[in-house]
Amino acid sequence: MPQFRIPGPLRNLSGGQPVVEVQAEDLRGAIDALDGLHPGFRGRLLDDQGEPREFVNLFLNEDDVRLGDGLASKLKATDEIAIVPAVAGGA
Amino acid sequence: MQTPIGAAAPVTRSRRVLGLRCRACGQEYETQATHVCTACFGPLDVAYDYAEIRRRASRASIEAGPTSMWRYRDLLPLPDEAPIVSLGEGMTPLIKADRLGAELGLRNLYLKNDSMNPTNSFKDRVVSVAISWARAQGFQTFGCASTGNLANSVAAYSARAGMDCYVFVPDDLEAAKVTATSVFQPHLVAVRGNYDQVNRLCSQLLEDVPWGFCNINLRPFYAEGSKTLTYETAEQLGWRLPDEIVIPIASGCQFVRHRRAVGELIDLGLVAEPADQPRLTGAQALGCAPVYNAWRAGSRRVQPVRPDTIARSIAIGNPSDGGDVVRIAAETGGVVEAVSEPEIVDAIRLLARTEGIFTEPAGGVTIGVLAKLARSGRWSGEEVVVAYVTGHGLKAAEAVADAKFDHVIEIDPSLRSFHERVLGTAKE
Repeated sequence: MPQFRIPGPLRNLSGGQPVVEVQAEDLRGAIDALDGLHPGFRGRLLDDQGEPREFVNLFLNEDDVRLGDGLASKLKATDEIAIVPAVAGGA
Repeated sequence: MQTPIGAAAPVTRSRRVLGLRCRACGQEYETQATHVCTACFGPLDVAYDYAEIRRRASRASIEAGPTSMWRYRDLLPLPDEAPIVSLGEGMTPLIKADRLGAELGLRNLYLKNDSMNPTNSFKDRVVSVAISWARAQGFQTFGCASTGNLANSVAAYSARAGMDCYVFVPDDLEAAKVTATSVFQPHLVAVRGNYDQVNRLCSQLLEDVPWGFCNINLRPFYAEGSKTLTYETAEQLGWRLPDEIVIPIASGCQFVRHRRAVGELIDLGLVAEPADQPRLTGAQALGCAPVYNAWRAGSRRVQPVRPDTIARSIAIGNPSDGGDVVRIAAETGGVVEAVSEPEIVDAIRLLARTEGIFTEPAGGVTIGVLAKLARSGRWSGEEVVVAYVTGHGLKAAEAVADAKFDHVIEIDPSLRSFHERVLGTAKE
């Protein structure tokens, strides 16, 4: 099953688990499934329009999903979705 | 409250620092090595006790300080008792650029040549603050994700401090930047990917290791070092602010801090309040222009891009402070502009030919945008305009290596050959 990698600041929602597996066809479905298992994730990841919040980056394996199909990205069983705070790097 | 990541000793507090505050939602946190608001993932900034700073900082106290950026220590987040890790960063030349100005129709053009820092880029300012703060907190290991300049600086300052050092860079970095990092013998890790991927990897790995990474968990403190560039500019102009500053944009972190520095200079009475605050203008390469794209679209929502530019030191496709750059440029009357790859190279040559300064492609972006705006009629010619030149050309010399421009005349070791080939007249 595809799995989410949960960053430290959100592990209070996942009961401390750094990795959560979900059953889903696409990324939006995966977030719904994650929220079903651990309520609160949808609101932390998505805004009122259902789009990723300003400071949330979602990576499907190597790539930022905004460079691909966004929340419509199809998932394979081996995919890893990383939730990464946007604020890092540079100067 | 968040748990300090990897703080090996109790946090040493500065009396001037109240804590950290989320720029997006205002949530407040104790002073600690962290950079992200747990409530909204927004960026954390250092919150100061300005009454305490006002009691200490004056033009006289600053002018009596060292000839380095540490003359502004009262406006930086380091505890008083903490020793600084310094290689003499800051107080770089502010040059009145009359020859470049004449070409561009600007009678009051200045260049802040920050390539004159110890490792030849502006990064020494931010690294000196970050490593000094980290050492005061008991961190043993220091590091960064870097496009090159930060790698040079972090490796050098770690050597100076005697700290273990991990530097992560994209595997296609310019050769000079690799050499100028590896000479200091850090753990240099080349990641098969671009900077945004390096940055993401480092964000994730810091969840598991007790290290201080200057542009990740030390970012609120690191970023504050940027302010000194604008403090110095004001002091070197005779304690006044310019009309406009042209600043290169990578993540936008530096740009945001210059806005803060302007506000502090005015609020603390270090400069007279101008009729208009300086316009802050951002410069990007078209080959990596996510902030420019957002500016053109009239949006604070920055869409990431895949970088493809010779200006590698500012090639950040997913700029974390990009939305704030758009906001600040609009608030101050500045703009965000971008230039093509040939314009970057032309600008490097223009700066070199007119002012004797050799800058890397990021500096070519800044000067290219300056030239583009000047030629488009943005200025009347009397405004005081300052451009921040943030890195040295020798770091990426291959960007301008071109036989067409390499004016080398080869001669035999004889006067005849000199006259024939160089002066074009045959020796009698």
